[in-house]
Amino acid sequence: MDHKRLTLFAGHYGSGKTNIAVNYALYLAKTGKKVCIADLDIVNPYFRTKDSEKELSEAGIRLVSPQYANSNVDLPALPAESYRLVQDRSTYGIMDIGGDDRGAYALGRYADAIKSEGNYRMAFVVNCYRPLTSTVADTAEIMKEIEAACGLGFTCIVNNSNLGPETTAQTVLDSVDFVNKLSEVTGLPVWLTTAEEGVAKELTDLNVLPMKLQKKIFDIPD
Amino acid sequence: MADRILMKGNEAIAEAAIRAGCRHYFGYPITPQTEIAAYMAKKMPKIGGVFLQAESEIASINMVYGAAAAGMRVMTSSSSPGVSLKAEGLSYIAGSDVPALVVNVQRGGPGLGGIQPSQSDYFQATKGGGHGDYRMIVLAPASVQEMASLTIKGFDLADKYCITSMILADGTIGQMMEPITFEDTEIKTYEKPWALTGTGCARKHNIINSLYLKPDELEKKNFERYEKYKEIEKNEAMWEEYMMDDAEVCVVAFGITSRVAKNAVLTARKEGIKAGLIRPITLWPFPNAPFEAAADKVKAFISAELSMGQMIEDIKLATKCKKPVTLCNRCGGMILAPDEILDAIRNAEKGELA
Repeated sequence: MDHKRLTLFAGHYGSGKTNIAVNYALYLAKTGKKVCIADLDIVNPYFRTKDSEKELSEAGIRLVSPQYANSNVDLPALPAESYRLVQDRSTYGIMDIGGDDRGAYALGRYADAIKSEGNYRMAFVVNCYRPLTSTVADTAEIMKEIEAACGLGFTCIVNNSNLGPETTAQTVLDSVDFVNKLSEVTGLPVWLTTAEEGVAKELTDLNVLPMKLQKKIFDIPD
Repeated sequence: MADRILMKGNEAIAEAAIRAGCRHYFGYPITPQTEIAAYMAKKMPKIGGVFLQAESEIASINMVYGAAAAGMRVMTSSSSPGVSLKAEGLSYIAGSDVPALVVNVQRGGPGLGGIQPSQSDYFQATKGGGHGDYRMIVLAPASVQEMASLTIKGFDLADKYCITSMILADGTIGQMMEPITFEDTEIKTYEKPWALTGTGCARKHNIINSLYLKPDELEKKNFERYEKYKEIEKNEAMWEEYMMDDAEVCVVAFGITSRVAKNAVLTARKEGIKAGLIRPITLWPFPNAPFEAAADKVKAFISAELSMGQMIEDIKLATKCKKPVTLCNRCGGMILAPDEILDAIRNAEKGELA
C-alpha cells in the first residue's frame, strides 16, 4: 500500500470514517511512521476519534481533538493545533472529517494549504447498505456536496460496506459491483476495502484493511 | 439494493414515516434526534413532501396542529427540553382530536440536562406534559427495527383514533446503528370527513377547535374523549414477555433498558435463578394484563429504568401492590449495565428488597 503525507477520510455520516481513520493510523504507526490524527468532526458529538485515545497513545500516535470532544458539550469548535497536520510535513497526518457537506465545511479552512503541498489523498468512505448511499446516483450527489463544501476533490474511494454485526464476507462481496459502478461514474479508483478483522480474513481477493472496531461496552441481545 | 440496510434509529423513524405516507415534517434540530430532521430535509423535497425547519419548537408543533387539521399525515420530532416547549401544542391537538405523530428521543434532564440517553420523560409522555385531561398513545421501541415498525403503527393508531401517537425513544436507540428490513406492510388510510379541506360550497364548513366556553359542553367533550380512551386501553396495549412462564423474579423494562435487562435475565437463568422480563411496548395504554397474571406467580418485580422511578408507579397500580416492586435505576444520561440488573435480580430472589 502506498501512503500520502496527508490522508483525509470524508463521507456520509455513519459510513465508518472514524473507525477507518483510527485503524489506518494504527496501521501506519505499525510500519514505523510518525503519525498524527486529527478529529475535525464539528457535526456529531458522539462516536469520536477520542473514543480510541488510549489505543492511539499506546501506539505513539498523536491525537488532535477538539477541546470539547466527548465532554457532551455540543460545541463545534476546532483546536488551533489542527493546523499542525498541515504544517508539520515530517509527520503522516490523518484527518477524520465530519459527515456529509455540513461536516466537510471545517476542512475548507485547510484546503489551500493541503492543495499547495500536493501530497494528499482524500478518500470517500462509502457503505452501500446505508439508506442515503444505497444508489450510485445518490452517492455521487453526496460526494459532490462534500467537495463543494470543503473545496477539495476526492482522489479515491474506500469501500466500507457492512451490515454491522450481521456482516459476512458475502455482504462485502455483494457490494463490489456497486463500488465499481461508483468508481466508473466518478472516475475515481477504489483504494481500499475495509472490514472488521474477522470478516477481513475471508476476503483474500480484495485489498482489505482489517479493522478493530471502536470500544464496545457490552452486548445487547435482540 | 439489498433487503437489509444499516440504519441509525433516528433515520429508521424518518424513513418509516415517509413509507407510512407522511409528507409533512415540521421540526427544530436538537441532539440526539437531529438525524430525523436531516433525513427529512434530504428526502422530502425529492418526493414532493414538505420539510420545514421551524423557528422554534412551539412553532413546529403548531404547524403540526395545522397540517393535522387539514387531514395530512404529519409529524414532528424533538428531544426532552424541546418536547417540554411543545406541551401547549400537544394539549391543543388533544383538545381538538386531530391525529399527529410526535417523536421524543429522550436525553437526561431536568432542565437543559445533557445529551446522553434517558427515560425520564415517562411521566411527561404518559401522564400529560400539557395541561388538561388528555392522553397520548405512547410507543416505546427497543431496537432500530422497532423504531421503524412502531412509527408506522403510530401513524395508523393516530388516524384510527384521532389522537397523538408519541414515539418515546432515547438517545441510545436514536444514535445506534442496526441492520433492519422494511417489510412491505400495507399502509392503511382513513377517511377524514372532519378535515379542513375546503367545502367546495357543497357542505357545511368543518371547525377544528379546542375552545369550549360553556362548561357543560366542555365536560361532555371530555367525557366523550375518555370513552375513546377506554376503547384504546381495551384494544391497543402491546407488550413482550420473555422467559415469564416459570419466572419467580420479573424484571420490567422498556426501550433500550429492556435489551440490557434481557442480558441480565439470561445470566440469571445460567445461575439457576428463574428470572423473566415483561417489556411494555405501549406505555400508554399500560399493558395491565401481563402484570395481573404475573402478580399471582412471581416473588417480586424489578422496575429497571433510566429515571428516578417513574414507570414503577404504573407497575404498582397494575399489580395492585400484590408483590414488592423495587427500583433498579440510573439517570442523568447514565445507562444500566447488565450486572447492575443482575444484582437486583439476585437480591430479589433472596428476598432482599431495596
